[in-house]
Amino acid sequence: MFPFSFEWVWDMDHIVFHGGLWYALNIMGLGMTYCIIKAAWDTYKGKGGHNH
Amino acid sequence: MDSALIPRGVKRCPTWQFILGIVIVGAVLLWGVFAMLLCWIKGLNQTNMNTAYGFAIWIWADLAVIAVGGGAFFTGFLRYIVGKDELKNIINFAVLIGFICYSSALLILAIDIGQPLRGWFIFWHANVHSMLTEVAFCLSCYFGVLCIEYLPLILENRQIDKVPFFHNLSHNMHEIMAVFAATGAFLSFFHQGSLGGVAGVLFGRPFGFREGVLIWPWTFFLFTWSAAACGPCFTILITKITEAIARKKLVKDNVIELLAKISGWMLLTYSVAKIADTWYWATVTAPSKGFTLMDFYSNNPLYGIWILILEVGICGVLPALILITDKGRKTSFALWAAVILAVIGVCLNRWVMVLQILAVPVMPFISWHMYFPSWQEIATTILPVAYGIILIMISYRYLPIFPQEAELNPIEPPTYAEEDKQEQEEPVETQEASNAPEPEMQPAEA
Repeated sequence: MFPFSFEWVWDMDHIVFHGGLWYALNIMGLGMTYCIIKAAWDTYKGKGGHNH
Repeated sequence: MDSALIPRGVKRCPTWQFILGIVIVGAVLLWGVFAMLLCWIKGLNQTNMNTAYGFAIWIWADLAVIAVGGGAFFTGFLRYIVGKDELKNIINFAVLIGFICYSSALLILAIDIGQPLRGWFIFWHANVHSMLTEVAFCLSCYFGVLCIEYLPLILENRQIDKVPFFHNLSHNMHEIMAVFAATGAFLSFFHQGSLGGVAGVLFGRPFGFREGVLIWPWTFFLFTWSAAACGPCFTILITKITEAIARKKLVKDNVIELLAKISGWMLLTYSVAKIADTWYWATVTAPSKGFTLMDFYSNNPLYGIWILILEVGICGVLPALILITDKGRKTSFALWAAVILAVIGVCLNRWVMVLQILAVPVMPFISWHMYFPSWQEIATTILPVAYGIILIMISYRYLPIFPQEAELNPIEPPTYAEEDKQEQEEPVETQEASNAPEPEMQPAEA
């Protein structure tokens, strides 16, 4: 559920529950994005193959 | 046939033997899948659910696999946050076991809700006053974390690792694994706790009701504590079973002993807290609701006081005392006995906290509700076990799950010669092997 959903209420319960959910999802999403982009960059630079 | 996929420096059984094993366990898996499809196609009338038992036997299976899967988060916490470096030699297997346990838990939930197509409702139409909502959020997210932790292991397969992008991705994921491990520990703390909290807030059922701190009943903390204590015991137990089946040592004794020692102290402190909690509940909480202790353990064919003694004493204090002593950890029989008892203890605790609660009558004119599951429930509960065995078999065969295996089981010289001959036939592979990290090292450490 997002704040723009009609069921959303700006109270502590919604903020804590969904804040925790988004916090965890963001860490996973950003972490994986960083790893994938860095892996693509490293591969482009020739790391990890025969020259690694 | 599949030798090119098997990690370097280790020996595996012949392919036919491996496939035979998969087929045998696969038959059990198919039986479970058949029962699962019956539940989905024909509905939950395939179970023996009734108004007293609205979650079938699955609720126990769910809580039990989540508890024993706690070894992944706690071992990850010890390895990456506390800095117990020796545990790097068992963390891969702990992650695999956690992955199996949590995927099984989600599968069981998908069957239990009866209408899996509406599974997303709990995220979108969330009831923010429910501990089960917190469980659903944290369980799903933590399964995501376990996927992220398991992925580098798959990428380290001998053939996949040859692809530079995958090699780099695995390397990068290992580098920031502490972030994922910390997130996993945070999520696990809350969902393990909330599963206990669900029982603790049932003021209408004095067998489960507990007092606590702010909104959290004591069961919240006891569930997290017991999962952290017994989860590593399950990891040790499965490691020992794998070693027995493979007929070789896979992890050094010092690693097992360290994990067993930490687990033992966790279990001892948990047992003390559990005894104090039970004592207070029996003498203060339950009487305040009009019950005596023996009201919960008499006048029924199954639940006697023996279950309390077995759970807290024989499967709680006893394994803890074995595991905290040096001699207990070093004696093979005692270690086996302790980890088996600890695992039985935590499963029994979950049984008591979800099924005995439902069985206990809450009104003087109501009798005990006893329950026996249908064969579909039993088959779908055995299904995750078969699935877990197959995943362990595949992972053990093709992935570098045990970093110390090659060192502990050096291959005989003739086999080395065969490998050299094979490598001469594959010059590219040989060059890569010389550049590859040492077997005991993770890519990040290399």
